[in-house]
Amino acid sequence: MTTDIERVTGTALDRVEGRDKVTGLARYAYEYPADDIAYVVPVPAAIARGTITGIDPGDALAVPGVLTVLSFRNAPPLAGNDPELRIFSSDRVSYRGQMVAAVVADTLEAAAEAARLVHVGYDAEPHDVLLRPDHPEAYVPEKVNPSFPAVSEQGDVEAALGDAAVTVDTTYTTPAYHNNAMEPHATLAVWSGDRLTAYDSNQGSSTARDMLAAAFGLEPGQVRVVSPHVGGGFGSKGTPRPQIVLAALAARAVGRPAKVALTRQHMFAVTGYRTPSIQRVRLGADASGRMTALAHEVEEQTSTLKEFAEQTAVPSRMMYAAPNRLTTHRVVALDVATPSWMRAPGECPGMYALESAMDELAVACGLDPIELRVRNEPEEDPESGLPWSSRNVVACLREGAAWFGWAGRDPAPGVRRDGRWLVGTGVAASTYPARRRPSEATARATADGRFTVRIAAADIGTGSRTALTQIAADALGVPPERVDVRIGDSALPTASLAGGSMGTASWGSAVAMACVRLRERLDGAGGEVPEDGIEARYDTADDIKADAAYARHAFGAQFAEVRVDPGTGEIRVPRLLGVFAAGRIINAKTARSQFIGGMTMGLAMALLEESVPDAEFGGFLNHDLAQYHVPANADVANIDARWIEEDDPHLNPMGSKGIGEIGIVGTAAAIGNAVHHATGVRFRDLPIRPDRVLDRAPQIGGRNL
Amino acid sequence: MRVELTVNGEPQVADDVWEGESLLYVLRERLGLPGAKNACEQGECGSCTVYLDGTVVCACLVAAGQAEGAEVVTVEGLADGDALDPVQRAFLDAGAVQCGFCTPGLVVAVHDLLARTPDPAEADVREALAGNLCRCTGYEHILAAVRLAAERGGEGRS
Repeated sequence: MTTDIERVTGTALDRVEGRDKVTGLARYAYEYPADDIAYVVPVPAAIARGTITGIDPGDALAVPGVLTVLSFRNAPPLAGNDPELRIFSSDRVSYRGQMVAAVVADTLEAAAEAARLVHVGYDAEPHDVLLRPDHPEAYVPEKVNPSFPAVSEQGDVEAALGDAAVTVDTTYTTPAYHNNAMEPHATLAVWSGDRLTAYDSNQGSSTARDMLAAAFGLEPGQVRVVSPHVGGGFGSKGTPRPQIVLAALAARAVGRPAKVALTRQHMFAVTGYRTPSIQRVRLGADASGRMTALAHEVEEQTSTLKEFAEQTAVPSRMMYAAPNRLTTHRVVALDVATPSWMRAPGECPGMYALESAMDELAVACGLDPIELRVRNEPEEDPESGLPWSSRNVVACLREGAAWFGWAGRDPAPGVRRDGRWLVGTGVAASTYPARRRPSEATARATADGRFTVRIAAADIGTGSRTALTQIAADALGVPPERVDVRIGDSALPTASLAGGSMGTASWGSAVAMACVRLRERLDGAGGEVPEDGIEARYDTADDIKADAAYARHAFGAQFAEVRVDPGTGEIRVPRLLGVFAAGRIINAKTARSQFIGGMTMGLAMALLEESVPDAEFGGFLNHDLAQYHVPANADVANIDARWIEEDDPHLNPMGSKGIGEIGIVGTAAAIGNAVHHATGVRFRDLPIRPDRVLDRAPQIGGRNL
Repeated sequence: MRVELTVNGEPQVADDVWEGESLLYVLRERLGLPGAKNACEQGECGSCTVYLDGTVVCACLVAAGQAEGAEVVTVEGLADGDALDPVQRAFLDAGAVQCGFCTPGLVVAVHDLLARTPDPAEADVREALAGNLCRCTGYEHILAAVRLAAERGGEGRS
């Protein structure tokens, strides 16, 4: 074994499964072969609230090739604690698009045709699908995700606002957004006696296995979930979605392997979305810009099926110093699908509001927005009092300002014109927690000089398979070419899911320590690998319990230049720069793409994306890729992501913080702030659509420049 | 109905094809070629881009019968044995691949662009890829891959 090779963490190692992906050989869930596969097409509810009065499958069953029609009338009851997954369990309809039946057939065409012929009778009830300010049904939940108090208070925020020299009191709204991973949620389910194998598109095969086992009353050991390649998730595949249960139900019902891939249209109903939000932010500062009060009050939606309370105001508990502070969340249970996880839940919408308000405060104080943020840096986590494991948001702002060319910026809004364009620049800070969760891994040396690492991690496009290869190679002291990383299969050692930017930190900890253990065992064996190999296993549960108390977060700064045409309302973003402090970056190539991808989603949050609720019929009006505008390459121009070196010893063996989500945090605020700088008008409702710009064109100072 | 076509140079026959089936369905479900992806079924995302008689199409919008007698090339047909096509090589080198679901369509679209326009201007690239959505990368590394493949010309085969 060599030990004097260069470290491979930090280098730009090529994606290890990249070759399979560019040649089309990488297999995704729907593409696994099996004998005699039956096809499943779900029937979506046509109403938003009510009771099913009858299901007539006659015409559907008459379609040649149809095997069965599943509904609450004949489907076996499912267990488990997620009502979104207990499909066909009752005659109640809780939202439009909810699965009320499904057709299983020999061919996809037969199933799709028959699904249209399943006659479902409804007793519809009046529904309410619109979040609006001060909704009469709004209530304070017991907790917000994942387990934060819904309300926090420090000092006397009302008194401090009353005494403040400068105040800002504004309300921002964000619409619903859909994750829209490119790969639709899909599952191929294969039963063998009472054992179930699911080839599935998810963000964690251990999690999906445990859920399936609970749903069907099986032991986890009777279920295997296989997911080596997943075509994106962005949170929507973190909580298992109904298609995995449906495929397993259908396969058992017909005694054959069965597979289902949701259509893009149906994904808008049953795979989760980011809740819309109404956010009031009040800030109070002294004349020098030092904040004395910060209040962030959020209203958002949940469903009647289960409570999902996004932690939108939580970043306002740690981002800035202010001795008087109030954060609150209220939710309304509407007749909608349950909102779910979407990239940077909490931080993404919450920091949009907070960082927009900070820009308004900077203007009100006559301060540069970077300087305002520097003046309000907290020495320690303001609410918990914990020390920061590391906090380099000021460095990100300063370095970013230099790279972006911020110096000498004229703060006057609405005064720069270039032809038909009004030009402006904006900045916002970003943050995301750096956490890790227990995971197990094994590392094995074989006599051929190779090493195999096993862990039920997920690579949903993040690059985790590659990062884990690098982490293992460094821990073993061997070149990465000698390391095989096996992930994406619940038969591998149990791992946490890919979510909360915790994946690589959680799995990498287990992998690194398993490799260290293996090295010790190898050294104990005199460096010789026995004929039948040698293996070590590591479980990080105890390490994580013993983690010292620190406030651990990644930070960043986002800079945007925008051009606004007040005649058409068009907004372009010629430049976007993100600068991040996220511990040690494990792979320069995959990390940069993650950051830029997040920033692009943030740009789209600001300007392009929006799921419009259908007030009349329920569900969403725009439910395909023709009407929901996922950004195309022409929507983005020059996006750059950089990072600053950060040496944080309080994180994990790699010294890394998660990077999958922070890229989307703050982008929309930076763009909105730049739009204000360009036009002199604040747009506080996202997305900043052309029609919204035109509506306020008379207020745009530059129009008559 | 029966559909006979050539895919990646091999004659192929699909029997019992329903008249409403797409070329994409025939490729993926009948011929065992799942490289072209099904992500929207309405020609919005480009994940199913393949060559049909030398022209790139969204295979989800082509009826199977329209491919009768046609030459189809999919992402599986671009590499020469173990030697990647220069476009595939550039996607790897530039880090243009993340989840990989849009990748097959993009690789075929870029292959077509560079075959027609070996040294494309930025606007040519953006126009050619206007119909290919990627949710992961933000396009920066994909555009870098196109530039890299163009710079290398035909020399990037590996």
